Amino acid sequence: MCAMKREEAEALIQEVLEVYPEKARKDRAKHLTVNDPNVEQAKKCLVSNRKSVPGVMTIRGCAYAGSKGVVWGPIKDMIHISHGPVGCGQYSRAGRRNYYTGHTGVNTFGTMNFTSDFQEKDIVFGGDKKLEKMIDEMETLFPLSKGVSIQSECPVGLIGDDIESVAKKKTKETDKPVVALRCEGFRGVSQSLGHHIANDAIRDSVLPRRDDDHSFESTPYDVALTGDYNIGGDAWASRILLEEMGLRVIAQWSGDGTLSELELAPKAKVNLLHCYRSMNYLARHMEEKYGLPWMEYNFFGPTKIAESLRKIASLFDDKIKEGAERVIEKYQSEMDAVIAKYRPRLEGRKVMLYVGGLRPRHVIGAYEDLGMEIVGAGYEFAHNDDYDRTIKEMGDATLLYDDVTGYELEEFVKRVRPDLVGSGIKEKYIFQKMGIPFRQMHSWDYSGPYHGYDGFAIFARDMDMTLNNPCWDKLQAPWKKAA
Amino acid sequence: MPSVMINKTESGMSFYVPKKDLEETIVSMEHEGPGRWGGEITLADGSRYFLEPMDEAPRLPITLRAKRL
Repeated sequence: MCAMKREEAEALIQEVLEVYPEKARKDRAKHLTVNDPNVEQAKKCLVSNRKSVPGVMTIRGCAYAGSKGVVWGPIKDMIHISHGPVGCGQYSRAGRRNYYTGHTGVNTFGTMNFTSDFQEKDIVFGGDKKLEKMIDEMETLFPLSKGVSIQSECPVGLIGDDIESVAKKKTKETDKPVVALRCEGFRGVSQSLGHHIANDAIRDSVLPRRDDDHSFESTPYDVALTGDYNIGGDAWASRILLEEMGLRVIAQWSGDGTLSELELAPKAKVNLLHCYRSMNYLARHMEEKYGLPWMEYNFFGPTKIAESLRKIASLFDDKIKEGAERVIEKYQSEMDAVIAKYRPRLEGRKVMLYVGGLRPRHVIGAYEDLGMEIVGAGYEFAHNDDYDRTIKEMGDATLLYDDVTGYELEEFVKRVRPDLVGSGIKEKYIFQKMGIPFRQMHSWDYSGPYHGYDGFAIFARDMDMTLNNPCWDKLQAPWKKAA
Repeated sequence: MPSVMINKTESGMSFYVPKKDLEETIVSMEHEGPGRWGGEITLADGSRYFLEPMDEAPRLPITLRAKRL
């Protein structure tokens, strides 16, 4: 049922690589492959998490994006300082749509931009004094903030500011956690290192804060929901399913999350991990230190949701197992109706994905529920373990592309001619101008949620809206159309 | 001397090196029995490492320093 045969796909990759100079070609060839679901380990056929070739259009972000934008940013009751020049914070402000409840500017600060706005003199004389002053001012203006994280931008690392000492001093003075993060953008090859730095900072300065505090009353059904950033309300759509089956969600990391939820997570019974890439470091740490088991789950599309709910329930007693069946049963008719409505309109369409984190593999099930087929997938910043998990989900002879360049992706799309491309905002308009329907899959194209049963209904509607939009018939000028 | 995390999995024990993105199954370990744990280990991909032997089997997962052989 696949679009291309293995030889065709391999020939396509070779053809696309033709234009590169020899050295770049050799390097890029390792990142592109034709999928074979029988391969056990991704490292045998694909290289990932390497530095992009200079001169190509990469779609990757930086360590600051991974730390401030992804992991720390959604923690709503802390103030996250973009320490450095004003641009990094301003241009990423609220772009990820991590929804939260609360009064912005009073007790929550998610969509606000706090920056130390480096000027020439801060670069020359150092920005530590400014940072101190800033934290003092914030204490006066926003006394309900629960803590501060200092997210370094590139210059801070280049001039060698000692933000750790400022953090230490201010932690003492304000009696709130002030966390310094060395997530300068030039570190690492992609935002993936930012996730790791952010995870390590939570491990070192947040989690131990309640190690000796046993006042929290736990129940046998406590779970922590980690790696869900509540994009367009995703975490809420996931949380209600867990609560309906009888579990108690004591921490949401980090979408709509709070500092105390971060601190409470080790007291859960199971750590449910959605985005493996950005939170697995913490999951592994909590397993080692607190004996808290973790499991990955997938809340995209009814098939995978049912599978995940049963998998989660299997870790608990019969009450939860019954709860899971009840939840699946409850939404079954609703989901059947969604599929009956949209599947005939979407059946057999081909999709190419190029996103980050967990999506290229997690959404496959949702597309398949709608009768659609994934013909190519790739990650911006995945590591081998992500591809290990992806290979099994993808069909035979489909394309796998790691850190694909702008040129390669365009060429693949031109040749494969998928019916839908799912990628980021930078690619959106290129493909729409090529006449190919496109969904921005980083923040669900300003829609969402896509997680959970409620999310699937929205997902199906959005895909139909994009694919069957009448505008795709209007691409040819009327006078050029055959009469 | 990479820092590695040893964990129990469905298929035995896993050997995880975060820095290198390496997660492999341990196929053999020199001392597994009670009284002694660790020593020379072989991974599924054929590479060999050495863990300082311990008197008791530790609670897994555990992060240790391993020597590459």
